[in-house]
Amino acid sequence: MTERKITVNALARVEGEGALNVRIRGGEVEIVEFRIFEPPRFFEGLLQGRDATEAPDITSRICGICPVAYITSASQAVEQAWGVEITPEIAALRRLMYCGEWIQSHVLHAAMLHAPDFLGLHDVIAISEVDPELVTTALRLKKLGNDLMEVIGGRAVHPINTRVGGFFKAPDSAEIVALLPELEWGIAAAREMALRFARFDFPEDACDYIFVALVHPEHYPIETGRIATSTGLDIAVDAFHAHFMEEQVARSMALHGRMRNGSAYLVGPLARYALNRARLSDTAKQTAKDCGLNEVECNPFKSILVRMVEVQYACEEALRLARAYVPPDPPSVPLTPRAGTGQGCSEAPRGICHHRYEIDEAGQIVTATIVPPTSQNQPQIEADLERVIRASLALDDAALQWRCEQVIRNYDPCISCATHFLKLSVERG
Amino acid sequence: MAEGRLHVGIGNPLRRDDGVGPWIAQQLNETGQRARIWQTDGAGLIDLFDTEAALVLIDATRSGAPAGTLTRFDAIATPLPRPLFHNSTHEFGLAEAVELARRLGRLPARLEVIGIEGVDFTPGKGLSEAVRETAARLVTALGEVG
Repeated sequence: MTERKITVNALARVEGEGALNVRIRGGEVEIVEFRIFEPPRFFEGLLQGRDATEAPDITSRICGICPVAYITSASQAVEQAWGVEITPEIAALRRLMYCGEWIQSHVLHAAMLHAPDFLGLHDVIAISEVDPELVTTALRLKKLGNDLMEVIGGRAVHPINTRVGGFFKAPDSAEIVALLPELEWGIAAAREMALRFARFDFPEDACDYIFVALVHPEHYPIETGRIATSTGLDIAVDAFHAHFMEEQVARSMALHGRMRNGSAYLVGPLARYALNRARLSDTAKQTAKDCGLNEVECNPFKSILVRMVEVQYACEEALRLARAYVPPDPPSVPLTPRAGTGQGCSEAPRGICHHRYEIDEAGQIVTATIVPPTSQNQPQIEADLERVIRASLALDDAALQWRCEQVIRNYDPCISCATHFLKLSVERG
Repeated sequence: MAEGRLHVGIGNPLRRDDGVGPWIAQQLNETGQRARIWQTDGAGLIDLFDTEAALVLIDATRSGAPAGTLTRFDAIATPLPRPLFHNSTHEFGLAEAVELARRLGRLPARLEVIGIEGVDFTPGKGLSEAVRETAARLVTALGEVG
């Protein structure tokens, strides 16, 4: 039995570092291990004994790409524990800032880290040599997202103007109004980029995923909603741990998320789109249709298209919210600490990000449980890899390695979130 | 376009020697020099290139050279060695930003990149002795240039 071995020591164009080990023997895929070796960072432990009002700022440090997801989910959890109701103006401002995070995160991944896979290019610098306009547009879109976060959050990375109950200071209307022209440009630019990416040669693939995402009766879910699955589950955020669990596996420093029945599931753009397509704007739905996306898209390689549809939607939604902006006054609601347990969940660009805090009567955190999207997606990433490798055995080693990396990048995995830092090793015989 | 040279200290002060750039920026600020700290979002540096005519970017390097080793590059004249300036966990670091800007024709008129070899990138505050000594000498030298 001949044996082939492919080894890649660092997976590129993902957020953070980790490794992939694959062994193929006699045409059979024996081992597929998406291995995260970055040491855990113990955020849940260091939150214990801290004031619950610190949770959004501390947990936002888990990720430099999606801090708003952590800020939002943490704030919601503490607010729930303390019986705090935020005002509609504060809720709208949170959603507006979150649109900024979706725009900058999705564009960074789709145009700069993921698009090279489909273009057969090493990186975005290589894209800039063949299509500088694409890169220039991507940078401008990303800056638009950053600007939204900076105007509202005080800075684009790890915002500082947010707090449990709202914001420290409401942005002036003039600052929000100043963003309108660029948001109008962003809608058209995102659509154009989605259509450009739709011309990519996508590998044939499909999976009968269990999609898990927030759902909301009025809006495409970003910052709030109930948790739903494509298998019919529809639960309040509080019931998350009754239906989903995390388990430790020896090969990964990040916990693996599964449903309580042991099934792998998928969170992120494909799941959001599958469960919430009807809540997209008509124009975003048209872009999805023009891109050739099915109403429920099961080809993970087309997640890049859903990301760009979501960028268009985020620009539209931000424009709507910016036009209707009324500075919240006061910018935050009063807080009265009390003992209790609260849970919060929002849609990080990569999928649902769930927080649960048990808080004592002094307002200090007793226990914290944070379930980021990449942890939840790890078992499904391995299942995708096994399926795609089995269908791609005719590829030579270099092409198979490329395909494997592409599978992982379909997820825009944030290993930094799952714990922090990837290497790829493929053995076959 | 802003006037005067802007120093940008890149890195994370909570990862020891990775914070040498921010440490230098802080020292320069205290002596009245134009300086700012840049912690993440390498791609965002390109937006800075659009508004500044003259930039000095200071970052930690991790090449295996002795701690405190100083390397200076005229980034307008020479492409940056990417392995030397690729310390971002988010796959878009200083080298990527500079070389992408070069291809897009968005480099500022003057761009110097200074690297200081670090030895300790573990979580925590404070610079290694050799790194701190080099950084202090660099602050003096940059101050003299004005």
